[in-house]
Amino acid sequence: MELTGADIFVRCLADEGVEYLFGYPGGAVLHIYDALYQQDKFKHVLVRHEQAATHAADGYARCTGKPGVVLVTSGPGATNAVTGIATAYMDSIPLVVFTGQVPTPLIGNDAFQEVDSVGITRPCVKHNFLVKDVNDLAMTIKKAFYVATTGRPGPVVVDIPKDITAQKASYHYPKRVSMRSYNPVTKGHPRQIKKAIDLMLAAKRPMLYTGGGVILSRASRQLTELTRLLGYPITNTLMGLGAYPATDKQCLGMLGMHGTYEANMGMHNCDVLIAIGARFDDRVTGNIAKFCPTAKIIHIDIDPSSISKNVKVDVPIVGPVDQVLREMVKVLKEGKQEPDAAALKAWWKQIEEWRAMDCLKYDRDSDLIKPQYVLESLYEVTRGKAYVTSDVGQHQMWAAQFYKFDKPNRWINSGGLGTMGFGFPAAMGVQFAHPKETVACVTGEGSIQMCIQEMSTCLQYGLPIKIINLNNGCLGMVRQWQEFFYQGRYAMSYMESLPDFVKLAESYGHVGMQITRPEDVESALKEAFAMKDRLVFMDFLTDQTENVYPMIPAGAGLNEMILV
Amino acid sequence: MRHIISILMENEAGALSRVAGLFSARGYNIESLTVAPTEDESLSRMTLVTWGTEEVIEQITKQLNKLIDVVKLMDMYEGPHIEREMMLIKLRAVNTGRQEIKRLADIFRGRVIDVTDAIYTIEVTGTSDKLDAFVKAIAPTDIIEVVRSGVTGIARGEKSLRV
Repeated sequence: MELTGADIFVRCLADEGVEYLFGYPGGAVLHIYDALYQQDKFKHVLVRHEQAATHAADGYARCTGKPGVVLVTSGPGATNAVTGIATAYMDSIPLVVFTGQVPTPLIGNDAFQEVDSVGITRPCVKHNFLVKDVNDLAMTIKKAFYVATTGRPGPVVVDIPKDITAQKASYHYPKRVSMRSYNPVTKGHPRQIKKAIDLMLAAKRPMLYTGGGVILSRASRQLTELTRLLGYPITNTLMGLGAYPATDKQCLGMLGMHGTYEANMGMHNCDVLIAIGARFDDRVTGNIAKFCPTAKIIHIDIDPSSISKNVKVDVPIVGPVDQVLREMVKVLKEGKQEPDAAALKAWWKQIEEWRAMDCLKYDRDSDLIKPQYVLESLYEVTRGKAYVTSDVGQHQMWAAQFYKFDKPNRWINSGGLGTMGFGFPAAMGVQFAHPKETVACVTGEGSIQMCIQEMSTCLQYGLPIKIINLNNGCLGMVRQWQEFFYQGRYAMSYMESLPDFVKLAESYGHVGMQITRPEDVESALKEAFAMKDRLVFMDFLTDQTENVYPMIPAGAGLNEMILV
Repeated sequence: MRHIISILMENEAGALSRVAGLFSARGYNIESLTVAPTEDESLSRMTLVTWGTEEVIEQITKQLNKLIDVVKLMDMYEGPHIEREMMLIKLRAVNTGRQEIKRLADIFRGRVIDVTDAIYTIEVTGTSDKLDAFVKAIAPTDIIEVVRSGVTGIARGEKSLRV
């Protein structure tokens, strides 16, 4: 039997096991929406802005490991989705984004709601397709999911002209797909793994530096096993938090621009650096010329182009992190070599001295609410078990520093692109994926206003997200840089005419709270989290002058931190 | 250093723009770029001349390989290879100059492919250096138009770039 393109689309998603499709209708996708209306295999989530659709799908993908799926219309639908696509691209998140397109005969005619979606998205996708024949539709969708989820994951855009969704073809959804031009590595080279182990075991001052690749590869268990077996210190990037339990004593916390003193000093002074699923981002390395001056570097990554891109590596291993770590654990257990216990003891002694600096300390006696205190309280009240999404800025760094993630996939933030407006819609995706779990969105009065319209979506679907708004009345991270590097000229970093967030939340049908005194922080959080089925918008008025420490200024090395 | 990178890619719409876009997005240099289908019509072969440090060239080949449409590539500078570029050059040729230009074309193994009473159009093939040398040998005022194909290349001997 022949099906229309729209029906083929729906069947493909059902056969792919899609649970949620985040989208927004429009002219070019009306045939598809009509087909969606007549099916019940998966649910469509109507957002209020296409950017939110991509972020929600992204949040869903980050907390489940499954691809997030988006449907938007042509023209502005597609361009609105681009920020979310670029966000996913920078953090290697698997998304499949379907964009409607004007009918094939009109392409190139400057038709109503036409943009070159394939052209616009090309630099921020892993791959994209324009479907030109209804007979290719199912295979293209299969390829899109395959490319998005394998190798180094990433977003894939499929542009579907409207006439294709009306034309008919026979339906066949391939179980497997192979592409001669795309063959991701499935195994690390055994000789490289052996070389890496020899180097690791010869280390006097070793350091494990692990990133989002560990989480994407679901290699948390293998990483934990390896780290404990070696007894080495470990630091996580912003994207890698939770891959190794943050409460474990071997964990030195986050590294980089706002990383801990012990992590950054450990990096700077180590003699063997073991980089796992991390990409030597500039926010991690500081000044490349001063980066890890005494270290031999091992780098495990699935993407060959990540190796020696920013920092020259001594022992590269191209392969999936989970497989390589499993192999390493096996080789270590079988071998007779062991780490240098005496050297390691001395190294740990040094690290503990750095740790004793207590670099995250802040004024606990202030009359104003300290943002750090809100996050510590959030951690206590949720017993460290919440899924925490964040927007971008100071609150993001404090969340990363003060919420100790013991499990992967629980810390959801835009690390690479740094997209303000990400946190709230991402929290929706997380809450859809885990309806019974506690989901908190840590944000600020700047970021939250970039996607605040999604409060309407949350009401429609009954998403009981807890919004932790650290409201200091200014764009905190911008203000901090202006204080440090622009002699306190606070150019346009103040948020004037803020809305009454309590009334705003209430007008959307949610609960709003404003907290102004430190002594009310904990009780307010408890009260909010006790409301299991309501969205609660918590507006915390915090100390405007508070800065994120430690901080590595531009051009400095990891050992040149500004401390409190 | 200068490198010639040969790329076999899926002969699909947009494949060329993926490569061109990659180079502009990452700030890599392109000296020349040629592309045409191969004997297998599902494949295009692109030849790209670029320059950069060893590290940059390594990144370029890795980033190219990462493009989903790229099936295979080869850096010609990894082994002995032949490079060729074709030039069509239109020259003012009058009076005694006609003889001289003809002689010069012979020296460069060029061929006169079109003639009027005042013009010679010459075809020259060779390495880019040779074409440069030919252009240099002509008085600039005699040059009316130059068109160059961009470099193509192939490995010497058994080594080949094929699927």
